[in-house]
Amino acid sequence: MTKIPSKQEETLGGTIVHNLPFPRETTPEALAWLKEMAPIQIEQPYSIIYLHSYAQDSPWFAGLTNKKILANQDPVSGYTYATPRGHDMYSGAETNWIDITENEAEIHAFTVCHFGSEAFLDQTPYVLIQVEFEGVDTLLLSRLFGVDPTEASLDWIGMKIKPQFIRNSKLQPTDVYFVPA
Amino acid sequence: MRPVYAISGGVSKFAKARPDKTYQAVIKEAYDYAIEDLEISFPDFTRIADGSVASYFSDHFSRQLMAAIMATDYLGLCPKPSHRVEGGGATGGLCFQEAWKSIASGHMDVVAAYGFETMSHVETWKGNEFIALASDVSFDYPVGGFYSGYYAMMVTRHMKEFGTTVEEMAHVSVKNHINAFHNPYAQKRNRYSIQDVRDAPMVAWPLTRLDICVMSDGAAATILASEEGIQKLEKAGAKIPRPLVKITGIGRGTDAMRMADRPHFDYDTFIEDYATEQEKASSDTMKYYKKLWDHGTRYPGVHSFRAGRTAGNMAYKHAGIHDPLEELDFVELHDAYTSSEVQTYEDLGLCRYGEGGPFAASGKAFLPDIDYGLKLPDEPVCAVNPSGGLIACGHPVGATGLMQAVFAIWQLQGSIKKHFDDKTLQVKDAQRGAIHSHAGTGTYVSVSILEKE
Repeated sequence: MTKIPSKQEETLGGTIVHNLPFPRETTPEALAWLKEMAPIQIEQPYSIIYLHSYAQDSPWFAGLTNKKILANQDPVSGYTYATPRGHDMYSGAETNWIDITENEAEIHAFTVCHFGSEAFLDQTPYVLIQVEFEGVDTLLLSRLFGVDPTEASLDWIGMKIKPQFIRNSKLQPTDVYFVPA
Repeated sequence: MRPVYAISGGVSKFAKARPDKTYQAVIKEAYDYAIEDLEISFPDFTRIADGSVASYFSDHFSRQLMAAIMATDYLGLCPKPSHRVEGGGATGGLCFQEAWKSIASGHMDVVAAYGFETMSHVETWKGNEFIALASDVSFDYPVGGFYSGYYAMMVTRHMKEFGTTVEEMAHVSVKNHINAFHNPYAQKRNRYSIQDVRDAPMVAWPLTRLDICVMSDGAAATILASEEGIQKLEKAGAKIPRPLVKITGIGRGTDAMRMADRPHFDYDTFIEDYATEQEKASSDTMKYYKKLWDHGTRYPGVHSFRAGRTAGNMAYKHAGIHDPLEELDFVELHDAYTSSEVQTYEDLGLCRYGEGGPFAASGKAFLPDIDYGLKLPDEPVCAVNPSGGLIACGHPVGATGLMQAVFAIWQLQGSIKKHFDDKTLQVKDAQRGAIHSHAGTGTYVSVSILEKE
């Protein structure tokens, strides 16, 4: 049986108020009393839609919609970035695109999020992983599916994994996710 | 560069929410305290102050762009020079160092550095979303942006790599909460056991709610001065405690916002570019590191903060510190997570990389004369977060690094009893301490050394 929590969840919203208690006369005594008032708190809604450009990183997202994982590579040193990066951090040179879809992948680090930012709360528990690709110098943040979140274990680190792609692309990095290989 | 002194400070009570005052008025609580502690009048201080530096992290929380100028105005510091500093969780530490720069360079003689954050204006999970926007919004945030998740990933790697345990991490939570029990400015003043920490709700495996700091409303302010500035203030009637507290070391480091992008350096690069002087001088430590690398360790990866190591090495060199564990009497470090305190022990050279877990449980970072309810094998050596740190004091982001500075000033002035009305947390004969401020997943880190002259 589910236990009822001992504390009721706090939420915003409430009754619309059209007047507030205030002294009928602004006598010196009444004005002095105003410093004892509890603060008035109101809600201020705020929302905005940004027009966000993936700019030079756009091919990576186009790759995911076509079931390909791209990476960036320095043209001389071959240093390879699993997370797109238009210029190499050591040479400063513009990087090239390579395809790492078939590279072996394993979990470098992970967590199971039982809570999350508001935008992801309804997805909890979810598993975040840092993916290590063979022959690639840096990692990729992604999600792991196909495991039991209650069985989280350090043994997951080093687990061989393979990419899966969602059919209807959202043009988000979550268009690719991983499952045990 | 000229000598710079940290002469006074103030902290507002850190709380879950401060709806009773605007953020400007909360800052004024801390600022007025710092001025009153110098026993100088507000108008006289205002006349002598050359300028200020303001610190706050997120425009999202305040929903007020250019919030700093409204505070500078409220404090009566217009039209003197001022600017805002922003560097995530390290904002306060960077602000302190910007004030130091203004004086060390000879540009100013008396500078106020103040910081604040009002995180209660949104609900906790929306606040977590705002904080997660301090990760790459193309590649990190959309995957499930959540800072506790990011830190949990780092520590799973630390645990796998070095054998660090959740119980060792829980020692940090027990220590910092019990320390804060004696700090009236702290938000959470509770006694917990290791079991309490592990039994708390799991947030991001393996970090529980008691492994993680809370969101807060709060402010802190410090006053820095040159020798000439001190003379001006004293001529106007200020009482500045002797011996003075001097800032003797400044260090900063950075790293990639995306922890996935961080390098995995080989042994030679680590030793050449990142090992401390003490580590390089020890053949035993060199052998220890060689063994780690032979078993696959690479640096910094996601388990260590090279920004913290860089900042620490720079500050130690500036201050002439060779053995930080023995030469620092206390450290106030950025323990947003118990795991990050463990990682930071290593970055700051209080122990070797890989030994942060056993160090946490050793007792070396605890205060003497406090019953933590733990069996600790070693005697206290260097108190870490004697104030209670972020985990117990709270983490109003822009104020936190300055809060550390204020507590460090009071430790070195020997005035903890005066300010806390409790002497328990006073580090005996404190001569030298470090403050460490840390942003993102280790993106900006500042380390400042303060010492009794």
